[in-house]
Amino acid sequence: MGGYFSEIFYGSKSLLIGMGITFREFFKPTVTVQYPYQTIKMSAKFRGHTELIADEEGKPKCGVCGLCERACPSSCITLGSISVDIEVDGKVKKKKVLSKYELDFTKCSLCGQCVENCSFGALEFSKEYNLASTRKEDFHFNLLKRLEERNA
Amino acid sequence: MSAPIQLRPDETFILNVGPQHPATHGVLRVKMEMDGEYIVKSETVLGYIHRMHEKMGENRTYAQYLPNLSRLDYLGALGYTHGHVLAIERAAGIEVPERAEYIRAITVELNRVASHLFWFGAFVMDLGGFSPLMYAIQDREHILDMLEAVTGARLTYCYYRFGGLYNDVDDDFIEAARRFIPRMRKSLKKYAALVTGNIIFQKRLEGIAPVSAEMCRKYGATGPVARGSGINFDVRKNEPYSVYPEFDFDIPVYHECDSMARYKVRMDEMEQSLRIIEQGLEKLPAGPIMAEKKPKNIKLPVGDFYQAVETARGSFGIRIVSDGDKNAYRLKLRSPTYSNMHLFDEACEGMLIMDALAFMGSLDLVIPEMDR
Ligand code: SF4
Ligand code: SF4
Repeated sequence: MGGYFSEIFYGSKSLLIGMGITFREFFKPTVTVQYPYQTIKMSAKFRGHTELIADEEGKPKCGVCGLCERACPSSCITLGSISVDIEVDGKVKKKKVLSKYELDFTKCSLCGQCVENCSFGALEFSKEYNLASTRKEDFHFNLLKRLEERNA
Repeated sequence: MSAPIQLRPDETFILNVGPQHPATHGVLRVKMEMDGEYIVKSETVLGYIHRMHEKMGENRTYAQYLPNLSRLDYLGALGYTHGHVLAIERAAGIEVPERAEYIRAITVELNRVASHLFWFGAFVMDLGGFSPLMYAIQDREHILDMLEAVTGARLTYCYYRFGGLYNDVDDDFIEAARRFIPRMRKSLKKYAALVTGNIIFQKRLEGIAPVSAEMCRKYGATGPVARGSGINFDVRKNEPYSVYPEFDFDIPVYHECDSMARYKVRMDEMEQSLRIIEQGLEKLPAGPIMAEKKPKNIKLPVGDFYQAVETARGSFGIRIVSDGDKNAYRLKLRSPTYSNMHLFDEACEGMLIMDALAFMGSLDLVIPEMDR
């Protein structure tokens, strides 16, 4: 019989303690960010989709070596190049220039293999995270075009 | 008007829990044969989220397989990637700098706390209490923010590399982790008062769903499930790897074998993880984070390699059979919840369905990890 009452007492006490805690939490400041009305700044190392880095002239640093394309586990990079004539010390030389850099972000796992393998330091992660869309095509990025738009 | 359906007194019916059911927390299907509210027989049906991770491991190079490991268990992903890099490093004979190993241990333990916190919230929600989930997620958010600042991702990390790390931690991270520890300790006290002490919670778990040590051995259950049944086994202590021998921590073991014991093991583990993080931050040596001598394209010598690690859910093993090529000949992942789940069928026979769902919650299932 004593056990019965002590259990009722213990039970009610535990419920009151619990209610006290939730009651105190009720007055704590709100920490929720009201997305999309408020946004937060991404940390410096945040990995968004990849982006080409420009050199001083605004051209992509990429030397079209194709290492990123081969390293990518999900084959989401498609490269294209054209050969142009440039003059170095009075002599005309042929040089490969990037003409296409397409990233299929639907398949990208943000693993960082492309950024790491690039020996020209031509790739970086963007801080883009507002990418929701209902159309697949919105995730096929033309990185070269994006670079030109950024320059413009 | 049709006559009401007449059931024979001994007639049972089949109840499908899942593949879309809030209690399974993922696409798991449990086919239960019910006699009223009681379970007569249960059968777990897997395969709804099978992604052939093992086969992918055989088709990709070792480095390309790195992102896959974090897609197994999305709540405690770092533990799994840790196992993978350790296996490759040992097989290829790569020396890892001490600083890198310390950072790995710290981030793995942070991830373990995050995983247990989410489990705690979801488990209490399964039992009908909603507020603890919100508190747990708020605490977990601090960890995810910290991990995001170093790894660049919030859940599916691809941070460890063969021979080291992708990037170094900065002072902000160390500062944030230091601040987090006392905050989390306070929260653990709050959870103990709010949930562990709660009479309804205790009545729903104590003495419910006994899983004997014998049954754990039979099904190969590990992690908090086995430790809740009195089996003192933790890979971090029994087969030490990484820098774990340097840390002073205990393995919580409970002998009650019920759902409450499994709950308590995880709650205690969070405190032990905090201890490891504390010591790790204290001892964190300076130095490089990447091995100096490291082949660019990793090829393993011919042989058979196995590495086990203790993840948030139990002992995770990765076995790599190599024929000397740049990808594995055979890759086998031994995931803890796969074994833990399988004792459910036997243990839940004769149980009330509500108790069985609480039992399922106490096993801490992550379906993509079981069905990989
Ligand atoms: S981050 Fe990984 S998956 Fe994405 S494009 Fe680069 S290599 Fe491919
Ligand atoms: S690895 Fe770098 S330089 Fe080579 S193709 Fe890719 S982006 Fe260009």
